[in-house]
Amino acid sequence: MTAALSIQNLSKTYKNGFTALKGIDLEVQQGDFFALLGPNGAGKSTTIGIISSLINKTTGKVAIFGHDTDTEFSTAKTYLGLVPQEFNFNVFEPVGEIVINQAGYYGIDRHTARKSAEYYLKQLGLWDKRHDQARNLSGGMKRRLMIARSLVHHPKLLILDEPTAGVDIEIRRSMWDFLRKINADGTTIILTTHYLEEAESLCRNIAIIDRGNLIENTSMRELLARLNVETFILYLKNPVRELPSLHCKNVHQVDETTLEVSVSKEKNLNELFNDFTKCGIEILSMKNKTNRLEELFMQMVENGDAVAGDLA
Amino acid sequence: MTLQQQYTAFKTIMIREFLRFIRIWVQTVLPPAIITALYFIIFGKLIGSQIGPIDGYSYMEYIVPGLIMLSIITNSYANVVSSFYGSKFQHNIEEMLVSPVPNYIIILGFTSGGVARGLLVGCIVFLVSLLFTDLHIHNLFVTASVILLTSILFSLSGLINGVFARSFDDISIIPTFVLTPLTYLGGVFYSIKMLSDFWQDISLINPILYMVNAFRYGILGITDINLAVSFSIILGFIIILFSVCLYLLNRGVGIRT
Repeated sequence: MTAALSIQNLSKTYKNGFTALKGIDLEVQQGDFFALLGPNGAGKSTTIGIISSLINKTTGKVAIFGHDTDTEFSTAKTYLGLVPQEFNFNVFEPVGEIVINQAGYYGIDRHTARKSAEYYLKQLGLWDKRHDQARNLSGGMKRRLMIARSLVHHPKLLILDEPTAGVDIEIRRSMWDFLRKINADGTTIILTTHYLEEAESLCRNIAIIDRGNLIENTSMRELLARLNVETFILYLKNPVRELPSLHCKNVHQVDETTLEVSVSKEKNLNELFNDFTKCGIEILSMKNKTNRLEELFMQMVENGDAVAGDLA
Repeated sequence: MTLQQQYTAFKTIMIREFLRFIRIWVQTVLPPAIITALYFIIFGKLIGSQIGPIDGYSYMEYIVPGLIMLSIITNSYANVVSSFYGSKFQHNIEEMLVSPVPNYIIILGFTSGGVARGLLVGCIVFLVSLLFTDLHIHNLFVTASVILLTSILFSLSGLINGVFARSFDDISIIPTFVLTPLTYLGGVFYSIKMLSDFWQDISLINPILYMVNAFRYGILGITDINLAVSFSIILGFIIILFSVCLYLLNRGVGIRT
């Protein structure tokens, strides 16, 4: 089956000499929900800019559903929908017109465009705002407007560059549900986000870019399986002034009713709880200190390529 | 994209551009009407009454074609340069760049917006002029074709300015320091026959002179310049400017990183 996105030896050096991408190779399969992660300045937005032809590449090839973006740019672009990081619509235009016009740029007649715009604006809760100027929308609504606009021509590949940045948790969750639905309906999705919980919750496969290099490209399940140590926060029923001697050595007292404990993957949690019970410490509740993907991501990015190699 | 799809894309940009300047009609359509009315009162009525006829026409009648042409030139140029730069500034030009719409359709779409505003303002100024003088169109074909071609030419010029502009200052430099002097020195208010031979020769370098005179011929039937030469120059400029626009957009100058 043809890959939804195929990138070969992609590199980009800007005029000021900064190399943002150092020859990356990447394939995203049809139907995938794919996370493209990396710290700020890693090269994610440059990659997306090149795929969507907003940035000229230095070397390499990009194909969308088998169509080269250099030689078959018109067909390749038809398959692509883009939700960029920054708001990029005319804030003085009415919401409905922004979405309908976008369909027009893809050669979709106005009647069909209206129907499609109505469907996506309703799906994303913006139908009542269709006559309002875009500048009057809230931040979350503006993000949803960009999603509606990117989908109006029914792309087979949707790229979302931090689509939920600055969006409250309730709207974020509803956006997740919507994205899951369109992915289940067959749209391949590539997501970049700084909310790693979002990537872990939504994506099946993942690539990590750091300093212009692709340092990881695997399934989410396999990546998370590499996490050797998890850190938990434990909330105690009764205050403990001084921590007694425990078998588990990786326990750190945060305050009188809170402990932090790092547990290796091989360790049985029952042993830990037995240890606490013997010392008369009752655990009221517990949670992960950080999201599991975040813990891995920080290790990989902080230590650079060498750590990535060790983990692999 | 099929031809039908390209036509749809062109129509979309054209409608969007038309609605853009209509939405802000107080800034785009109203001021030229007021300014030209003042020109007619001050230059046509007050000062013009002190000036004798030129080529058999009163001074008021003589300057009407020039003032209509002045409005068309400045408005078609201003529409495209501000719209294109505005699209860059707000990044909504990316809406088109990520789509399969060919660059020549983008050029035609923006140009159509400039032409629409140029023609609308030209019509308004023409109606205002009827309050001050009786006008009869000498040659409708010449009049209509000069208006259309001139608005196309200056819309394309505005697009090139928009491509290179990096700030709002950049979109006012050319209109202020190049376009306005060339228009005023292009025979809007006088016949070049009133100048010495030396300045007549210098004036011939000014492309706007050919447009104003061709238009004056269409309205009044008089011109300082041969009509065929005027049309050739206007068409030549359009071909050159369109080619430059296409080259710039294909290279991604000012719009792609």
